[in-house]
Amino acid sequence: MTRETAVNTGLALLLVAFPLAAQAMGEPFYITLATRAAILALAAVGLNVALGLGGLVSFGHAAFFGLGGYAAGILSTHAFNAEPLFLGFEGTASMPWIWLVAAVLCGLVALPIGAISLRTAGVYFIMITLAFAQMIYYFAVSWPAYGGEDGLSIFVRDTFPGVNTALPLPFFLICYALLLGGLALFWLLRGSRFGAALEGARQNPVRLAAVGIAPFGIRLTAFVVSAMVTGVAGALFADLNKFVSPSMLSWQMSGELIVLIILGGKGRLFGPVAGAMLYVLIEYVLGGITERWQFFLGLVLLMVVLFARGGLLGLLAGKARHG
Amino acid sequence: MSVELLIEQLLNGLQLGMMLFLMAAGLTLIFGVMGLINLAHGSLYMVGAFACAAVATATGSFWIGLVASIAAAAAAGALMEVVVIRRLYERDHLDQVLATFALILIFSEGTRWLFGSFPLYLNIPPLLQGAVPLPGGGRYQLYRLALIGVGGGVALGLYLLISRTRLGMRIRAGESDREMIAALGVDIRTLYTVVFALGAALAGLAGAMVGALQSVQVGMGEPALILAFVVIVIGGIGSIKGALFGAILVGVVDTMGRFLLPKVLALALPPAQAGAIGAAIASMLIYIVMALILALRPRGLFSAQA
Repeated sequence: MTRETAVNTGLALLLVAFPLAAQAMGEPFYITLATRAAILALAAVGLNVALGLGGLVSFGHAAFFGLGGYAAGILSTHAFNAEPLFLGFEGTASMPWIWLVAAVLCGLVALPIGAISLRTAGVYFIMITLAFAQMIYYFAVSWPAYGGEDGLSIFVRDTFPGVNTALPLPFFLICYALLLGGLALFWLLRGSRFGAALEGARQNPVRLAAVGIAPFGIRLTAFVVSAMVTGVAGALFADLNKFVSPSMLSWQMSGELIVLIILGGKGRLFGPVAGAMLYVLIEYVLGGITERWQFFLGLVLLMVVLFARGGLLGLLAGKARHG
Repeated sequence: MSVELLIEQLLNGLQLGMMLFLMAAGLTLIFGVMGLINLAHGSLYMVGAFACAAVATATGSFWIGLVASIAAAAAAGALMEVVVIRRLYERDHLDQVLATFALILIFSEGTRWLFGSFPLYLNIPPLLQGAVPLPGGGRYQLYRLALIGVGGGVALGLYLLISRTRLGMRIRAGESDREMIAALGVDIRTLYTVVFALGAALAGLAGAMVGALQSVQVGMGEPALILAFVVIVIGGIGSIKGALFGAILVGVVDTMGRFLLPKVLALALPPAQAGAIGAAIASMLIYIVMALILALRPRGLFSAQA
């Protein structure tokens, strides 16, 4: 077992042991904290497909996180009120269906956004993805049907067959299982022929094209897959908070998702997990000490970017093997 | 719909565009010369607004406040460049985004620390209060006209600075080949600090002037920053001419969209629905325009780097 595998296993066990211990000690609040970390980690695993593997710095992934959240909010509101959605479709409160809708919706939205954004590169790509996310953000703010600026409440957490999702621990385990699923997908993608092509597109698109693979399709696929995973995380996040609002679509959210990856270690399997755990920990510890915790988060982040370039995993498990 | 109202809205669009130009000019200059993407530019805008509001309240003079805003933003910019930004020129865009995102958190929370969470208010100076008659019978706020004038003046000043002065020559040389001008004996580190402070001063000036129209509060910089990004992406990053054109386009399209779209849709739809849909589309309109322009010209309209 390499050092990185050991660190990854340790992180995965730590993330599941923490809420189990909290349950044993009768402290459900800490389970919620771990759930938040798991969901943010899943969202960042999604972004890591585009950003870490593909080198596509999307500054607009909050769009997919928020769309996933709204998919959950809208479907369960319609189910709760027993109103048909449109064209004879019904709302649903069943999580697997909601995840499917969130993933498909995000994929469908990511397709045109990716197709236009990928015509550009570098700093243009950063800004155009940001602008698309803002477009969806302003739409959500000014569209009154689903709460507009005030957001949309989910009155009863959505259901999963055979599991009581209203209790914190079962809901955590669902999120944790999906996180492991997301990590497995990332690992499979990275090891596949597709992953090799994506890596090539990041390192040298001209050379990749010269061996007969067009980078555009590879990148677009990565962008769409990345959006779908982040969308599912958004649906979970809405269910965790029982609330969706345009703030899930905001540019700060996009920034936070990038922060998670960089804190943990860019392009590494467990980077987002380490980053999300560290982020939630910083938020909780600093937030308990001072109201001004974001000031210190800014300082920590600045130090990481300037001086600790490999992130937390870089410290724990040494340098990444490649790239 | 009267002609006066239409002219008034057009002028509002032009005024928004001119303020966006002040933000975008600094942003595009910094990107063009140093290759740096600076998210914290919105924080400098906020610093300018807060400095102006605080000094104007303390001294009773808007004009001293305005000078203070330029000085404070330029100083904050120079400090930011020397302490943090300087280390980022050789890094990739991702690191630049992250570090300047961290700077936003620090500046926003720091400002809240100093000034509290309540917005400050800044009054329009007595000299510029009141309205002037427009051709066609309407009246228009003098202060907004003054903002258009300042924007135009800055555009002209920047053009002269860049095309006619020694500093401008160095900036242009720095854009095309930084090693070469360093080899010719130009102190490139100081040049970068000066360019950064110049961009910061323009952002601070914009913040102070807009501060008299809106409330001065933490978080005011980011919406302006994102609009300025749209402007420089449309105009072509690194091009001042593109920034001016993009800013006016964004200002006018945004203002006219909000004004006209609900009215146009009301011809086909019931009024309540037309209002809601019109407002929703209008708020997305500039992003749609940007997507269209980038889909046709991926490097913007006046790209400086071919």
